[in-house]
Amino acid sequence: MREGTAPSTMQAALLVAKKDLAIEFRTRTAFLSALVFALLGVTIFYFAWDSTAVAASDLAPGVLWVIFIFAALLGLQRSFGSELADRAIDGLLGAPVSRESIYLGKALANLVFVCGVLAVTLPAVVLFYNLPLDRGVLALSGIALLAAIGLVAVGTLFSAMAVNTRMAELLLPMLSLPFFVPIVMAAAQSSARLMAGRPIAEAWPWLRILVAFDIVFVVACTLAFPFTLDE
Amino acid sequence: MTHASATDLAPPRRPDALLGIALAAVVGVYVRAWAFTPIEARQGAAQKILYIHASAAFIALYLAFVLLAIASALYLWLKDEKLDRVAESAAEVGLVFTTVVLITGPLWGKTIWGAWWTWDARLTSTLFLWFIILSYSMLRGAVEDRARRARYSAVLGILAALLVPFIHLSVYMFRTLHPMPILLKPSTPSMSPEMRTTFLLAFLAFTLLFAAFLRARYRVATLRDLVADLEQEAA
Repeated sequence: MREGTAPSTMQAALLVAKKDLAIEFRTRTAFLSALVFALLGVTIFYFAWDSTAVAASDLAPGVLWVIFIFAALLGLQRSFGSELADRAIDGLLGAPVSRESIYLGKALANLVFVCGVLAVTLPAVVLFYNLPLDRGVLALSGIALLAAIGLVAVGTLFSAMAVNTRMAELLLPMLSLPFFVPIVMAAAQSSARLMAGRPIAEAWPWLRILVAFDIVFVVACTLAFPFTLDE
Repeated sequence: MTHASATDLAPPRRPDALLGIALAAVVGVYVRAWAFTPIEARQGAAQKILYIHASAAFIALYLAFVLLAIASALYLWLKDEKLDRVAESAAEVGLVFTTVVLITGPLWGKTIWGAWWTWDARLTSTLFLWFIILSYSMLRGAVEDRARRARYSAVLGILAALLVPFIHLSVYMFRTLHPMPILLKPSTPSMSPEMRTTFLLAFLAFTLLFAAFLRARYRVATLRDLVADLEQEAA
């Protein structure tokens, strides 16, 4: 860390994240709507199945991850949507920070956002679907974090692209959802095994996919982000 | 930039020779597959759909999609509009071939498996590939600025290429039912020599058709961009 010079990539990323989180903290609109959406989704899903035919605990992993990606999309939309007003993005681009640190900062703020949504949704699913989660809580939180990192990496990049298109909020889900497929599959499969009380080793192959996805897409999206900006 | 002369802009009067040859080849292959290739013992006539289904699948996956990814990566590096047009054309023709795969597959599946659709690994992968190319096309349609559209779609093209192995791996771990490839396996292919010849001819004919479509689509993109340039100059 150097003193008196332009901030390093990580320092700048933290500043960008802090700015985004400060905006979100003062308005709370996106977070609250994502949260209410997620909780409503969790309850509505319960009535979409015959609860006497399918055990609630069998539905829980699928419900959790499907609701989670849709709620996350609400937050991702706002990530670059908030930069549109008064062309605020120009101020950000004019700052002496690298493009990569803007992306990482935005992604970091989004990560905090989706983890916040998960922190409420996950206990709600455990409560409403009567999950016996005495041992798996820590492992489940780990899966949630891995899933959130991959989701945010891709979603932040697509948010930057989608706001500059004619379809804006309609395009983001269309671009993102195919990329969320491996995330949802891996997260749902591994958490289903945990929720069924199976040993963590059974979830391991799926966790490896999540880890690989995170590494590949965090790197690729960081490198690709500068191409989504108008010079 | 006014490289365009009036003759460049006029639609080609001559019929597209490559397209003609490709279509004739496809018809020829149909005739051969229909009348001069034996019927498979266990699957009956339904097996004949392999000639179009597997050819289209190879072309969509290994030609169109790879071309899309390579042209996208090269575009971000060289910033040549021609590469963007190649990516655009590959995506659109690839979408057509993937659609053919998704239509012919269930026709065969209903007869042999007894179901139009199963969530088998290969079917699911192909379906998601189709969705990815579809969203690529929607992205192209949603961006008006040409340079921006080229950059955005190149980014999506590259990321999609990175995504495909993940989708393939995860749906494969889910489960698989599809017959394993019977042509490219290292041991002797489980097909009679006539069938193999028919398949290879079908593959060549459809590859030719792919090339012809690609070229025609590329010309459309070039003309569209020329018209846009001229309109901008006139304004």
